[in-house]
Amino acid sequence: MTLGTWFALLVAIILAAEAVRAVRHRAFGSERWRRFFRHPTAAWGVGILAFLVIVAVAAPLIAPFDPDRQLDIIGLKNHPPSWTFLLGTDVLSRDVWSRIVYGARVSLGIGGLGALVAVSVGSLVGAVAGYYRRWVDAVLMRTVDIGLALPRIFILLMAVALWDRLPFWVLVLAIGLTSWFGTGRLVRAEVLSLRERDYVLAARALGAGAGGVIFRHVLPNAAAPVIVSAALGVGNVLLLEASLSFLGIGIRPPTPSWGNMIADGAPSVYTAPWTTVAAGLAISLVVMSLNAVADGLRDALDPHEEGGAT
Amino acid sequence: MTGVVWLLRRFVASVAIIFAVVTLVFILIHVAPGDPCVGSEEGGTQDPVMCPLLTRQFGLDQPLHVRYGRYLLQLLHGNLGYSFSLHRPVSGALAETIPFTLQLAGVALLIDFLLGLGLGIYQALRVNRLPDVVLSNVTLFVYSLPTFWLALVLLLLFAEKVKLFPLGGPSDPILCPVIDSAYCLADRIWHLVLPAFTLGLVGAAGTARFQRAAMLEVAQQDFVRTARAKGLSERGVVLQHQLRNALLSFITRFGLTLPFLLTGAVLIETIFAWPGMGRLAVNAILTRDHALVTATALIASTLVVSGNLLADILIGIADPRVRVPADGGPETSLVPA
Repeated sequence: MTLGTWFALLVAIILAAEAVRAVRHRAFGSERWRRFFRHPTAAWGVGILAFLVIVAVAAPLIAPFDPDRQLDIIGLKNHPPSWTFLLGTDVLSRDVWSRIVYGARVSLGIGGLGALVAVSVGSLVGAVAGYYRRWVDAVLMRTVDIGLALPRIFILLMAVALWDRLPFWVLVLAIGLTSWFGTGRLVRAEVLSLRERDYVLAARALGAGAGGVIFRHVLPNAAAPVIVSAALGVGNVLLLEASLSFLGIGIRPPTPSWGNMIADGAPSVYTAPWTTVAAGLAISLVVMSLNAVADGLRDALDPHEEGGAT
Repeated sequence: MTGVVWLLRRFVASVAIIFAVVTLVFILIHVAPGDPCVGSEEGGTQDPVMCPLLTRQFGLDQPLHVRYGRYLLQLLHGNLGYSFSLHRPVSGALAETIPFTLQLAGVALLIDFLLGLGLGIYQALRVNRLPDVVLSNVTLFVYSLPTFWLALVLLLLFAEKVKLFPLGGPSDPILCPVIDSAYCLADRIWHLVLPAFTLGLVGAAGTARFQRAAMLEVAQQDFVRTARAKGLSERGVVLQHQLRNALLSFITRFGLTLPFLLTGAVLIETIFAWPGMGRLAVNAILTRDHALVTATALIASTLVVSGNLLADILIGIADPRVRVPADGGPETSLVPA
């Protein structure tokens, strides 16, 4: 760690704290945000997520070493944590802290994009099924039933085995396309009740097409459960990627992801636990923050609490 | 009467779902590159003389729809096929591994529900006081841990640093290859502790969070206020009125958790060298063992579907409000989790 990287790290922490403060400042004006921050862990969750996103974006400034560079395969193999190597080095003498920093890009990217795919497909399918009902609904919901009964990790293992060197976007799509079933069912249930509302009738009476009604009137009002399931989805995708990488079929080395770092460190976990422990803690931290934020969002977006006494 | 019709419809739908899953997995594994003969990364026969012979014997030279038809025919006769990688019938391999998975999953499920329900109820009794706040943070943390990582850390702490538990395997291979004495039973339990706790702990944290939320949701209902107004003690209100109703949504969770313990055990079994079905399935996929993969998928999907069905039936018995769904559709009976 050089002076420059310490400084960059400090700036990242200050920025994250500043972000939380800014959001909290808005909270005074809005009932929803006040409910969100009533969860003591929610603010911490936002702060940690903001910090990690900043770290991922500014990775070259914060990481002291090239994450893939093998510094000294003999002298610095499995070096314990020190001031130079904040989290030690791994079995190939690469700096663990630098790999965690760059791994944030890959892991958060996969989590975010995978959840985005899952939530988009799930919302669309759920909305179409709930809006059109009849046979469209029947076909789509039976698909969801089958999807939920699929042993997902097996399907992913098989799909992933089709490629020798799996491109990043294929992994994202594979995870996203096997993760939308729950969201689909959730959105459909929501849309089934929304489509009977007067404002939907009014929109249709004014001549709005099905697409317009779904996207402009139905989906925005079904946003609450979608947002919560998206927050939880990012964590789930992250864990799934980690499991796949641990089995050796997720993100291929040398590109660091938190999942394959756990796998990298696993053989030497008894003599040099820092690689595995650090990567696992990074995953836990993100998933925990997301769960905390989801808890807060669930309260904040709950219509039953709207206008209630606080 | 409608109840029987509903049950019958659900049953037929369940069988259809399992059939669809098996078909999908069958197509996927047969389309995936690398057959058992050509050999993938590991396993497979590569002998130039045996290969064509085996290919013909197992009908791998036939087109996909012919193989699929044959497979279904065999399946209807209760024949799960022959495993290439293990050189034995699939049913034999499954019969050997399933008891191990059931032991692991059973104990883990027990830890999950007993600990989880206990914590959730305890927290609901002390809402927003210190024990509840502490436990809320602890369960949030544990719930967020990657299970396989927790397995590694627990191994590091309790098998390597403090040599309290064995590093892996189901039993002592020399003294206790089979369980035939009290000592060997104790040995098995000793080997079960770490893997079962790893699985159970993460599950219990989830159950506790779920149960606490369910109890608090019920707490806002009118009948709870009535019970309190009647002058019932706080403990009586929580245990008699809140708990009984919160347990309804727990039934749904129970149905959803059932299959997860088998699929979630995949990585745990690999780490702890536990000779169960999950490890078998992973090896089957890596060696392109068609029959074995399809059979494990069949079992996994059957578990998911029957877990859901069981939960719906139990809810129907326990909660008269959802007993007969209005339009007979399968989802209407699902209580929102």
